[in-house]
Amino acid sequence: MVNYIIRRLLMVPLLLFGVTVLIFLMLQFLSPVERSALYVRDIPKNERVLEGVIRKYGLDKPMYVQYWNWLVGIKDQSTGKIEGGILRGDFGYSRTASQPVVDMIKHRFPATIELALLAVVPVLFGGVFLGVLGAVNHNKFIDHFVRIFAIVGWSFPDFVFGLLLLMIFYATLGWFPPGRVSDWANQVIQSGQFHSYTHMITLDALLNLRFDIFWDALRHLILPVITLAYLWWALTLRVTRSSMLETLRQDYITTARSKGLAEKVVIMRHALPNGLMPVVTLAGGTIVGLLSGVVIVETVYNYPGVGSAAANAAVSLDVITVLAFVLLNGFILVMMNLLVDILYAYIDPRVRLD
Amino acid sequence: MTGKETTPQSEIIGGRTISKLEAWLGTDTYRMLKGLVTNPISVIGLLLLAMFVFIAAAAPILAPVAPGADPYHIPRDGYGSVPKPPGADWTHRQPPMPFWWKAVTGHDQWIHLMGTASGQWDIYYGVIWGTRTALFVGLSITLVGAVVGIAIGAISAYYGGWVDMVLMRITDVFMAFPFMLAAMTLSAVLTPVLGKGIFPPIVALMAFGWMGFARLLRSDILSIREREYVLAAKVIGVRDSRIMFKHILPNAIFPSLVLGSMRIGSYVITFASLSFLGIGAEVGFADWGQLLSFARAWMTQLTEYWYIVIYPGTILVLFVLSWNLVGDALRDVLDPRMQGSR
Repeated sequence: MVNYIIRRLLMVPLLLFGVTVLIFLMLQFLSPVERSALYVRDIPKNERVLEGVIRKYGLDKPMYVQYWNWLVGIKDQSTGKIEGGILRGDFGYSRTASQPVVDMIKHRFPATIELALLAVVPVLFGGVFLGVLGAVNHNKFIDHFVRIFAIVGWSFPDFVFGLLLLMIFYATLGWFPPGRVSDWANQVIQSGQFHSYTHMITLDALLNLRFDIFWDALRHLILPVITLAYLWWALTLRVTRSSMLETLRQDYITTARSKGLAEKVVIMRHALPNGLMPVVTLAGGTIVGLLSGVVIVETVYNYPGVGSAAANAAVSLDVITVLAFVLLNGFILVMMNLLVDILYAYIDPRVRLD
Repeated sequence: MTGKETTPQSEIIGGRTISKLEAWLGTDTYRMLKGLVTNPISVIGLLLLAMFVFIAAAAPILAPVAPGADPYHIPRDGYGSVPKPPGADWTHRQPPMPFWWKAVTGHDQWIHLMGTASGQWDIYYGVIWGTRTALFVGLSITLVGAVVGIAIGAISAYYGGWVDMVLMRITDVFMAFPFMLAAMTLSAVLTPVLGKGIFPPIVALMAFGWMGFARLLRSDILSIREREYVLAAKVIGVRDSRIMFKHILPNAIFPSLVLGSMRIGSYVITFASLSFLGIGAEVGFADWGQLLSFARAWMTQLTEYWYIVIYPGTILVLFVLSWNLVGDALRDVLDPRMQGSR
């Protein structure tokens, strides 16, 4: 077990190195002028000054030098201050957000986390529940229903689904508006009486005992959460169903049944733990998938999170911002995979004895 | 691998009589095709696919454009910003009326069959010609992804050792990015290089679409390499390259092809998503995602302008669904563990 984890941990720096190299290579498609946004706020118009900036930050140096500078930053000779350097958390200046990339992410991340957290729970529980239901009733009506639900869900692009929901529940029924909160609620939040502890509005509203704001924020969240969750829900249920089907065919399940255990016990105690193994792998992917799915969902619903900012940046070819966002997601994905693998070794002895 | 030999008569293999057709196609292919045409789910998928191929092929008849005009540039009826409902008459710069229109409806006036989006782009033309875009996008990305992935997977499995190690770590790095985000980023990076249009996202999707194939083929080759018939070929001194191309690859490649059919849908979704965001296809290009992006301006009035969402949305969903239905059925047919449990 310890051996396995150590071997797995050793992979992480290698992967992260690869991830940064790939992002850095993409940066090389930009001209040195555009790349100077990694270090300076405003790209100077004057050519002489511009050349000075390029020379100062080594943007005309060999690639490995530039890569190193990009990682650790460059020391300004006159002031002694270090500028840039992604390892220091400086990803450059975002043209579309008109602020440093890091500030943009800090500012908008709570909204995205709020959205993704609310989506994770229905995905995992709903998907597993329906998947087990389908497997237990294999080839009966309910199974066909669950299967069709999954395959249709898998075929629905999230933005089409989002537009449909908006059409029905906002434009026609007027129940759930887009955006994050209503104007009146926003005024309260900006005012001095409302304390933003987490910047997740639903949670903050509860902590401030403002149930009207809580309800308002929730009303805005319902459609994006459903849209974000639907696709992964379909996937989770599909994986659970097929994995449960396979488990239920094993000999030990037949043994459990033949010794007279109640069907409920057979399924919940004997089949489910094994049947859920692949779902653990999927769960890691789901969290990453939700975090990247926000790009589309936040755009459809005008929801002010990091996803819509990244989409906006990509459309305006603000590459510095997009690359920072994708780098962040790459890091999260690598860490998530590590977590899943370790968790897997913990729950499945076959892996760690290998 | 039985049944590969072709004989004119039916023969007995594994204690049962097989037909000429089965002998000709080979047992595995025959079983797969039989599974596909007897499974109602895949039949629906295949019928839908046939419909899309028909629409793509018949596009010049279904939605003719003026001679010399670029058919992928949707014709527009003036420049007004308010969408027109389905059935509205063409008023400006009407494209040629299809010959069947009068015969079918008896009208002399060519109309906006599915209405127009803001900017008076005709939705019907976008839907019809967009079918070609979708087929081209889905097939080209899958083809390149599969070829690159299969090449890398085969090289990796064939040479093993440090080549395998390096190639697989590179694969891991490419997989460390969420697909949609990686494609979005690379499209943004490539747009100044390749120019605005559908090619930056296509190239970006190709660049991040090969890893699944590489991994799958590599593991399949590794398992087939240990089979007895390969060992037998080695023992009698067959050259390595011949073993690889004649004995291993043909038997290992099939799951990758199935993966390809299952991937097309998700590639088309990702491409359409990028168009929807405004990356790739230019405004007015015949692409479903691009058409749907017009709906973003009318969020509060979608009840009135439903046709901007419903027509392109339905056809996109059906297109993806058709590939997924076929892919799902193929997987069931090919997975030996699922046999007899249907």
